[in-house]
Amino acid sequence: MAVQSDAPAMDAAGPYDRAKALSAFKLGDVTFYWITRLSAISVLLILGGIIVSLIIGAWPAAKAFGFEFLWTQRWAPSADPPVLGALSPMYGTLVTSIIAMVIAIPVGLGIAIFLTELCPQWLRRPIGIAIELLAGIPSIIYGMWGFFVLGPFLAYTFQPFMIDTFGSVPVLGAIFAGPPSYLSLFNAALILAIMVLPFITAISVDVFKTVPPVLKEAAYGVGCTTWEVVRSVVIPYTRVGVIGGIMLALGRALGETMAVTFIIGNSFRISSSIFAPGTTISAAIASEFAESDGLHQSALILLGLLLFVLTFFVLAAARLMLLRLEKKAGK
Amino acid sequence: MTDLSVSVSSNAHLASQQPLPEAPAKVTVRNLNFYYGEHHALKNINLTLGTNRVTAFIGPSGCGKSTLLRIFNRMYDLYPGQRATGQLMLDQTNILDPKLDLNLLRARVGMVFQKPTPFPMTIYENIAFGIRLYEKISKSEMDDRVEKALRGGALWNEVKDKLNASGLSLSGGQQQRLCIARTVAVRPEVILFDEPCSALDPISTAKVEELIQELSENYTIAIVTHNMQQAARVSDKTAFMYLGELIEFDDTSKIFTSPSDRRTQDYITGRFG
Repeated sequence: MAVQSDAPAMDAAGPYDRAKALSAFKLGDVTFYWITRLSAISVLLILGGIIVSLIIGAWPAAKAFGFEFLWTQRWAPSADPPVLGALSPMYGTLVTSIIAMVIAIPVGLGIAIFLTELCPQWLRRPIGIAIELLAGIPSIIYGMWGFFVLGPFLAYTFQPFMIDTFGSVPVLGAIFAGPPSYLSLFNAALILAIMVLPFITAISVDVFKTVPPVLKEAAYGVGCTTWEVVRSVVIPYTRVGVIGGIMLALGRALGETMAVTFIIGNSFRISSSIFAPGTTISAAIASEFAESDGLHQSALILLGLLLFVLTFFVLAAARLMLLRLEKKAGK
Repeated sequence: MTDLSVSVSSNAHLASQQPLPEAPAKVTVRNLNFYYGEHHALKNINLTLGTNRVTAFIGPSGCGKSTLLRIFNRMYDLYPGQRATGQLMLDQTNILDPKLDLNLLRARVGMVFQKPTPFPMTIYENIAFGIRLYEKISKSEMDDRVEKALRGGALWNEVKDKLNASGLSLSGGQQQRLCIARTVAVRPEVILFDEPCSALDPISTAKVEELIQELSENYTIAIVTHNMQQAARVSDKTAFMYLGELIEFDDTSKIFTSPSDRRTQDYITGRFG
């Protein structure tokens, strides 16, 4: 009897221990689930909090200026009553970002193609490291360098050359109009291009490496040159990733503050010439926020909200474009 | 046991086949050596590929069959540290000539890979792409060429209604036939097949094999395969390679019925490899 009663007890001890061990795991599992879930939710909360506080801060200015804020060029915070408009910072933001992308996309992709397809092995690491270092330079240093070195250099060489060459051509003449200047939209755009270059290159290199070697061999196998392989196989195969990298770079260019504030000139006047000083949304906020109050401060916050919306639309447009491309490729 | 019985039955089938008469040489290999850096991968290879004949390369993994194939179109050139010495002639052209235009060489020597490799574009473009590299022709001519190539790849009936779909949307077997069609479209003289069926199901394999037989009427074909029945079915000549050396090269029927080298016999009867 004693033996018989012992045996079931031991049997019961087995499952009992297992259940206990499992419930301990289960507790860990639930904790883990909630920690990750809260982390994910916190992103939404932070994003929502930023939007709400921006809207609250911008409300007085939005009420005072209404939609006219969007197409008023004048920015006179000390006038009575103050006249504040976002047109010239928005213009400056878009123009500098577009010029920066026009320069950075071909150069960045060119570097990526060279590194992955053509570069001799021994040169690969030095160039790769240089690109990474470029991404690591703090933006204030780009600003100083742009202000003390690049600005004067451009004002004495590149700008006079462009003005002399295209000055008398109808449309281009307005874009490349004089006089040369240390502080200009173009200088800021060039600095931006250098700053976003590493993003485009690094991401493109990573996605180019995902192209299966056999696919490239197949393209070489029908007799393609390296250029044809890159254009018709490597880039189409990696298009989504490359555009993702470009959008990341564009996002950075739109919001970049410190370097641009240094070299754009902070002038609230829209000029057709890219060699004229201008301002961007982030540069305007950075240079005026400290000494602003009341309606002026509220207008700056409204500018911030606009930048937020602008960036959102750029990213949304990029998504849409990707979807279209994918449909066109027949996926 | 099963292995043996299968190979015996295919041998019996072969014994009834008459070997084709000798064909003029299309590709001539003389004293070819190949190195991956320090590693001596191919040792003194001598053989010829007959015009419009199918030559199969068999042998255990790592014996150098694929390496040899990749010399025929200089694919190894893409990678640093790989080099070939010796003589390799395509008709009167020296394939190993460092000054040779590789794009033209690869137009004459097409290649189909182990895995299907459709380009990331539509089915139509997959074919037209290769043609456009060499010829400027009108849209209607191009339509013609694409249809002809797809018919050549035994794929036309399956894709004629969806030429604008992505090449990647096809099944594995269809993708492989698309790749064959693409290779044929460029009108090469030699087609290299590097284990073209190893990623395919039996039905697709049968279709591709049939296709290879048809193609051999117009093209010189070299095929690397791990499947000895396949070599026996599709080829006129078979080369058995082992550890970087060409052990035996003869009519397929002879290799599979009465090989003269002990190692060949051991390999085809499944005793090693």
